[in-house]
Amino acid sequence: MKKFLLLLLLVISPVKAEIYDISQLDLKSHQGKVVYLDFWASWCKPCRKSFPWMNSLVTRYPADRFTIITINLDAETEAMNHFLGKVPANFDIYHDPSGKIAEQFELEGMPTSYLIDSNGKVVKKHIGFYTKKVDQYEREIEELL
Amino acid sequence: MTVKYHWLILCAILGASGCSSLGVKPWERYELARDDMLMDSDPVDLALDEHIYFSKEASSGGQGFAGGGCGCN
Repeated sequence: MKKFLLLLLLVISPVKAEIYDISQLDLKSHQGKVVYLDFWASWCKPCRKSFPWMNSLVTRYPADRFTIITINLDAETEAMNHFLGKVPANFDIYHDPSGKIAEQFELEGMPTSYLIDSNGKVVKKHIGFYTKKVDQYEREIEELL
Repeated sequence: MTVKYHWLILCAILGASGCSSLGVKPWERYELARDDMLMDSDPVDLALDEHIYFSKEASSGGQGFAGGGCGCN
């Protein structure tokens, strides 16, 4: 019975994250969808807190109108993989070890997230992640959906 | 006298250029965010220090580098 339950859990567990190289990132291809773009790193403690919330967003909002794209800024791939082994993610991850994209976005803190509307325009920017503000973040997304 | 000034200017320029790439970018704080880079390794000590600091300065944070907060309350 235990084995069966374990198997069942494995089958129904959410889709695992796909990891891509940053060169494959094409934000324009997501036009028409609301995009939540999140910059994170394995050593960043608030980032860890944001993962369960982002996982829940994927299951709650329609995939054809909303997507989460995250950019990992760990210099070492091992650190990122170790983190993902402990904190699962069900959204796509782009690995930017040199921080090129971070430089372009001129990040001021970790994590930083951007809310991009279906026309590709950045509507909101959040520096840091606060569990107290989750309702506000969700309201902002729902306004765009 | 003028030669001396030239040296002074040269030293000033060289000295100032040393400051051209100061600071660590927010996404480059991996080493700084390590637990063994904290001011104190004992969490109880850290909590006490933080409490005293908060009482005196009316602000908290800034002891670690793992987050991106502004350190204000």
